[in-house]
Amino acid sequence: MIESHLPAYIALTFVLFSVLIPVFGLWKSELSQPLAVLGAGIAAGFSLFGFFDVINDGAIRYYFGGWEPPVGIEFVYDGLSAFFVLVINAVAFFVLIHSHHISKREFPGKEMPYYSLAMLMLLGFNGMILTGDLFNLYVFLEIASLAGYALIAIGDKPAPYAAFRYLIIGTAGGTLYLLGVGYMYTVTGTLNIIDMAAMLPMLYESNAVFAALILMIVGIGVKAALFPMHGWLPDSYTYASSSSTALVAPIGTKVAAYILFRIILWLFGIEITDAVAPISYIVGVLACIGILYGSIMAIAQSEMKRMLAYSSVSQIGYIIMGLSLANPWGFAGALLHVLNHAVMKACLFMISGQLRLKEGHSDMSRFDDSYRKKYPWTMASFTIAAISMIGLPPLAGFFSKWYLVLETIDNSNWLFLVVILISSLLNAVYFFRVLEKVYMMDPSKGQKKPKDGEYSEPKASMMIPTSILAISLIVIGFANALIVGVLLNIFPF
Amino acid sequence: MLDFFLGHYAYWFTIILLSIGLYGILFKKNLIKKTIGLAILQISVVMYFVSIASKWDATVTVLNPDFPVDQVANYLNPLPHTLMLTAIVVGVATLGVAFTLLIAIYNRFETLDEEELIEKIQ
Repeated sequence: MIESHLPAYIALTFVLFSVLIPVFGLWKSELSQPLAVLGAGIAAGFSLFGFFDVINDGAIRYYFGGWEPPVGIEFVYDGLSAFFVLVINAVAFFVLIHSHHISKREFPGKEMPYYSLAMLMLLGFNGMILTGDLFNLYVFLEIASLAGYALIAIGDKPAPYAAFRYLIIGTAGGTLYLLGVGYMYTVTGTLNIIDMAAMLPMLYESNAVFAALILMIVGIGVKAALFPMHGWLPDSYTYASSSSTALVAPIGTKVAAYILFRIILWLFGIEITDAVAPISYIVGVLACIGILYGSIMAIAQSEMKRMLAYSSVSQIGYIIMGLSLANPWGFAGALLHVLNHAVMKACLFMISGQLRLKEGHSDMSRFDDSYRKKYPWTMASFTIAAISMIGLPPLAGFFSKWYLVLETIDNSNWLFLVVILISSLLNAVYFFRVLEKVYMMDPSKGQKKPKDGEYSEPKASMMIPTSILAISLIVIGFANALIVGVLLNIFPF
Repeated sequence: MLDFFLGHYAYWFTIILLSIGLYGILFKKNLIKKTIGLAILQISVVMYFVSIASKWDATVTVLNPDFPVDQVANYLNPLPHTLMLTAIVVGVATLGVAFTLLIAIYNRFETLDEEELIEKIQ
């Protein structure tokens, strides 16, 4: 009984808690954060349960109000959406636990609206993933985006300007996507993804379909920070409050990448995508440029959050590259990278939040070796996440890159192979310089003695989520064969 | 050739609106003007959807006893209109958030000119 309603429960949990938080928050403001954690926890529990259910029993299609598509709206809970929902809800759960002290410090008194908005944003993201209707997807996209602009506007002094730029470019992207949906509607007469996918083979090489594909990729590419459309991302992530960044950064761009997967592999299919022009290859080349550009810009930064933001531009490139390869192993590598990158980025942004809370800054040029005494566990988590980001075995980051590399060799796609290898080296440059400052001091050079630092790790409510995410990177690394086995079954053809 | 322009005049107006909106977003320096450009861009897409619903010799989608309901050709397509009601609401909400952010920007930097803002931030 519960299984058939599961997709709706996940979305409704967030609706319920986005209303409950203002109700209880007006009474006692301290209740907002535990309620948000509870909401995300319940949704994560549903997603975990649903994920195994889908793996065992196949996809669930939930018809709203009993109206069957194409008349009604449906939620499609298949392998791909179950996987993404599980990843984003689990990561959001840990990030929300972590944000307790940061929210008290960075925006005191605004907890209630903040967590209510966070729930609304998660509703939007979950809805985007679950919905099987292109227009419904646009509505959820805008819910998630509007809540996201508000969350990003909470933060440092220039944060509203960064959020405004994101709003302008993001809404323009959403509008282009809507225009693409309009084109698809005029040629097919339906908005349901499954229904439309069945009709598209008859419209092979149609100009309207081609134009719609371009508009949708550009519109969603803005949200995914695909290379030429990434301009909003560094400023937004840098100036937003640490807890907002930790919430938006691991989730937001992944959901947009999910839509690209859904549109290119499920709705259009790779043959129609490449019928008029080699779109998938062009997208892959853009991803390559993004990977190199993001890595090089990350090296040039001294502020940790800005470095991580540029690194996000680079990492989303790997996911899109796996999409453009469009074969089972590339697909599995890309999805594994979605999981890895969500965990790694959440962990790293949470650490930058912890350092900001304790030190008042996250400027890497001012890091020194006292940090390893003051924050041994924070720095250990940072090291694990950083090494995973670079891609050293046996950590999680290695395996997603490994599958992508195998697949590029298989396709004889040497450009992509070279880009992955160079980018790994560049990643090593920007993470090892932090590790060097914190862990390595050459005593023979007569430098001053290691600075003494009191042990002052942040509170357990921050340390535990960070450590769990860091440890899970090792676990994912060892369990990669299991995860990839499941992911290969999701591949559509 | 003339038929191509006259026969699709609704779409040409949509394209003109879309271009005006994109021009406003890309080239205007004042943030309020950028927001206006954004609104025009959104309205152009709304107009596109409304124009694809229209039909010759058909009436509005309100049940009329003169036209039996099984002859759907007598009625306009109601779906794009209902979709656009939602899209208009989304547009209004976006403008609301945009103006809220503009007020916050103005209170912090006392300017809405993009170049001055970038100077003040750096």
